Amino acid sequence: MKRLALIAFLGCALPALADRLPLPAGTPASYKSECGSCHLAYPPALLSSGDWRRTMAGLKEHFGSDAAVDPKIGQEIGAFLERHAGNAGKLGSAGEPPRISQTAQFIREHRKIPAKFWQDPRVKSAANCEGCHRGAAEGRYSEHDIAIPELRR
Amino acid sequence: MRLFPALLLLLAAGVSHAATPLQIGQAYAAEAATSQPAFAPSAKRGEALFRQRFAISEKMPTCASCHTDNPLATGQHVVTGKAVRPLAVTANGERFSDPAKVEKWFGRNCKEVIGRACTPAEKADFVAYMGEAR
Repeated sequence: MKRLALIAFLGCALPALADRLPLPAGTPASYKSECGSCHLAYPPALLSSGDWRRTMAGLKEHFGSDAAVDPKIGQEIGAFLERHAGNAGKLGSAGEPPRISQTAQFIREHRKIPAKFWQDPRVKSAANCEGCHRGAAEGRYSEHDIAIPELRR
Repeated sequence: MRLFPALLLLLAAGVSHAATPLQIGQAYAAEAATSQPAFAPSAKRGEALFRQRFAISEKMPTCASCHTDNPLATGQHVVTGKAVRPLAVTANGERFSDPAKVEKWFGRNCKEVIGRACTPAEKADFVAYMGEAR
């Protein structure tokens, strides 16, 4: 009976797990300072290890900006990202250059968001997690905690 | 020559040593004085640099593209939409307190917006303006 209760509990709890994407324990400080200024320090699980490797190899031309880092720091960040990367099969292709917002997982999670909200100046870009997910920096992505009232559920 | 010890101290301090905006500005001013002996930082020139439209980058023609016209205001990254905390020290006490961080962002942003590295004199002026802006 106890086991059944546990299974039932997990069944309820699991869908909520996707709402929690905190940075892993032991995230190097360099990741937050080098990759968390122009955009959120994204949870590494949102791209596959191959896509992180390609992203790190192309920092000199990173979506129109030169985001190159010191080679030693780049190695530290790259190893961290690949260690905590997501499952390529579940994420789906991220395109070239890899974009978190192009993965099938991201698109599925955001399929109900009307186009006009992506262009809203408060949001501006799919890169701006915190435009809607105000707890994103702490890893909270619940659909109940959305900064834009019209989108809150 | 009086300022050189400050510069050496800052350089020796390494990656994340805390400093004041005044110390950071003085270090850049000392560097500028090696080629312009009479150099003194000017917040007014710093403000002009902050407001100048360079139009090298289509998306970031000026500092204000991300930092807004008001250095006391919270900005927004023009590409990603991420909030950018104010540059002015009165509005954001963390600004200009870490020499390595200041140098890194001058490096990145001068290249992106102005299309070249900023000179030590420009950096000294800019820090003076951000320290004074009210």
